[in-house]
Amino acid sequence: MKLQQLSLFLENRPGRLEAPLAAIAAEGINILTLSLADTAQFGILRLIVRDWEKAKRILEQAGWVVNLTEVVAVDVLDRPGGLAGALRILEDANLNVEYMYAFSLRRDDKAILIFRFEDPDRAIQVLLDQGLHVVDGDELMTFVS
Amino acid sequence: MWDRAAETQPRAEREALQLERLRAQVARAARVPFYRDLFTHRGIGPHSIRSLADIRRLPFTTKDDMRRQHPFGLLAVPRRELARIHGSSGTTGKPTFVGYTAQDLATWSDLCARFLVAGGLRPEHTAQVAFGYGLFTGGFGLHYGIEKVGAAVIPVAAGNTRRQIEIMRDLDPEVLICTPSYALTIADTAREMGMDPHALPIRFGHFGGEPWTEDMRREIEDQLDIQAFNNYGLSEVIGPGVSGECPARSGMHIQEDHFLVECLDPETLEPVPEGEPGELVITALTREAMPMIRYRTRDIARLDRSPCTCGRTTMRMSRIAGRTDDMLIIRGVNVFPSQIEEALLRVEGTTPHYLIEVSRPGTLDEVHVKVEIHPEIFSDRMDRMQALCDRIGREIHTVAGIRAHVDLVEPRSIERFVGKAKRVLDKRGLTDC
Repeated sequence: MKLQQLSLFLENRPGRLEAPLAAIAAEGINILTLSLADTAQFGILRLIVRDWEKAKRILEQAGWVVNLTEVVAVDVLDRPGGLAGALRILEDANLNVEYMYAFSLRRDDKAILIFRFEDPDRAIQVLLDQGLHVVDGDELMTFVS
Repeated sequence: MWDRAAETQPRAEREALQLERLRAQVARAARVPFYRDLFTHRGIGPHSIRSLADIRRLPFTTKDDMRRQHPFGLLAVPRRELARIHGSSGTTGKPTFVGYTAQDLATWSDLCARFLVAGGLRPEHTAQVAFGYGLFTGGFGLHYGIEKVGAAVIPVAAGNTRRQIEIMRDLDPEVLICTPSYALTIADTAREMGMDPHALPIRFGHFGGEPWTEDMRREIEDQLDIQAFNNYGLSEVIGPGVSGECPARSGMHIQEDHFLVECLDPETLEPVPEGEPGELVITALTREAMPMIRYRTRDIARLDRSPCTCGRTTMRMSRIAGRTDDMLIIRGVNVFPSQIEEALLRVEGTTPHYLIEVSRPGTLDEVHVKVEIHPEIFSDRMDRMQALCDRIGREIHTVAGIRAHVDLVEPRSIERFVGKAKRVLDKRGLTDC
């Protein structure tokens, strides 16, 4: 039920974001979604890609420090309150979100929420118990293909 | 002049006095087991000193010797005779303490009075001391020197620059005592407060405690519309007062009746040719509590025996042009790169690739410690990355006593060296002599 996310360390200066993205693009790897967290001095790029093992290998060979993290994807209806409803469930269960990002699908009227939890297994249980749909990697790929 | 007789004493007479004092000092040092053993081993004693050149028969004393004798191994007097204890400036990792008898304190005040008066201080003046008061010798040394001259002291101590300026405005001191970089900070802050720094009452300043350049002197003089004087000293031999400038401001007059200063090649330990840069090695001729013999300062400067227009007959030394070791002086605090390394070793995964970058973007020193990111320390969570930077910063502060900016950088972005790694990039350009 969990999704593999790649994280990269980048210095916060011009051109640093483009280089790793160009490296994986050259190998034909498409990015499903990404998020970037930054300070004045450095940034953390997080990527969801289909072939994460290949992407990780390419990036590491090119010299980046890559971290693999399990994240949880949930689909909700792409309409006002979709995200707020999911967050309320997490809050009621006292589950802290380390960070999250989202993207909407071109078809199906759905939005995909990507969550980073300290304890993803417990979070998945809570989400399932509350009737939310947790999307695993294979299913996510069928949504976007 | 504060002490015309001593400061203008004919050279030959002074050398006779130095010789007499050196012999007495060797006898006093022989009370210290550390020196007694060294003297015995070499078969030397006061009788071995027949001319000043015989100083070369005496052993050196290093900072490491002081650490090994910590805290009181180098005392030549019983502890009950101590009147004051100071410490080497700043560094908290490996402290060295220095003891003074009441007579040492009187000598010290007198030496500070000499360079203060040479640089314009008069009994009717008021001086603002913006040096740290504490184990650091700058604050108390200058404080008692000013009192000795008979001038008034405002002991504001370092920090709180706006308050410094308000006090200056209210109390009209003519003299400012601080580090040269702090003088520039005062000028900057005055402008931030909407004041013209030229309007401050200060007319001249005595600056020391860190290396500086002629360019900095011009900047301080232009910005504050004052005359700036340089002085030199180190806590190991006494503190400020070893030497200081006269109105000619072409070198600092060494108080030779109290200090025998050699200028040696740091490799061969032979004297360098007259006027060439070398390591200053100082013997304190009159110190009672700690009779320092041939202390290796690691400071590089030139000596000048030519006569000075001011009439003083003492030898002059140049600004400090560098160090023979890798010690950095950051805002007046002595820092060794090995201390930064020690701090990084406490945080797993942060070595071996790091670089210490020192700069002076405005008027104050800034240290950036660049650490290459490594899978072991990289997290996808920003809070953990921030916590890592904070932790490295705290360890550096604990070990080295300075606040450093911690910059995480990409792998392999720090230049690799074959052989000995270059760990320090000092961009301050503090090396004119």
